[in-house]
Amino acid sequence: MFYGLAVAWGILAVYAVLLGLREQDLKKQLETLKKMVEEKK
Amino acid sequence: MRSKIVLALGLVGVPLLLRNLYVILFNLPDEMEQGPVYRIFYYHLPAFFAATLCYTTAMVCSILYLVKKSARYDAIAMACTEVGLAFAAVNLITGMFWGRISWGIWWAWDPRLTWALICWLVYFGYLMLRKAIDDPTERAKNAGVLSIFAYVSVAITWKAIEWWRTQHPGPVLSIRTGEQRIDPAMEQMLYVNTLALATLAAIFVITRLRQEEVQREIDALRRYAHAL
Repeated sequence: MFYGLAVAWGILAVYAVLLGLREQDLKKQLETLKKMVEEKK
Repeated sequence: MRSKIVLALGLVGVPLLLRNLYVILFNLPDEMEQGPVYRIFYYHLPAFFAATLCYTTAMVCSILYLVKKSARYDAIAMACTEVGLAFAAVNLITGMFWGRISWGIWWAWDPRLTWALICWLVYFGYLMLRKAIDDPTERAKNAGVLSIFAYVSVAITWKAIEWWRTQHPGPVLSIRTGEQRIDPAMEQMLYVNTLALATLAAIFVITRLRQEEVQREIDALRRYAHAL
């Protein structure tokens, strides 16, 4: 029973972590691109 | 504004989830026939409801996209589908754990289980389709059509527990059966945990939607950088 509950929380926790990692990655990409466009101008 | 909504939902949803976990583990009694294993049900069914809510929103937004051609609806449909898949995975895997304990097997090719799996695979295909098409308008149009057709699998999965009387337990909620088949306290906890998981799903959808908007900004900047 505990494994079943743990896996439910586990999947949601993993998804939340993946969302967080994607957010960081997107922010980095956006900053890099903005800098690149500024330099090209 | 959106951050404040996420914060407000988090302040309601997270304590509710933790409170529900405590009540499920320590306050509610064991079920008479199944014993403690029935507690998996408190996540299995609410996760299905949360996923269905996400898929329904995705379907409605896909129709709105095809009618109004606003990229915002496409972004909402994508965010809802991805979050729906996470909750549907919770539904499928918690069901497998329950089946392993109650039936002695991880999986049975029962129509109800099979349709839940088909539904998950169809929506996974939706995300794969989005990755395969580069042009944003073509991607949104094709994904929108697929999302509408994919909803048929949600409807069949929803009705499967009534249409096929097989290994999977039948409907138990009084709102669906019209009679009290489980203890009212247990049924109430199912609704409260559905609310908690739906709140969590809303947080995920808003976060994913924000990311999609940033991704579109990145794509636009890339095109601009190439044009310079």
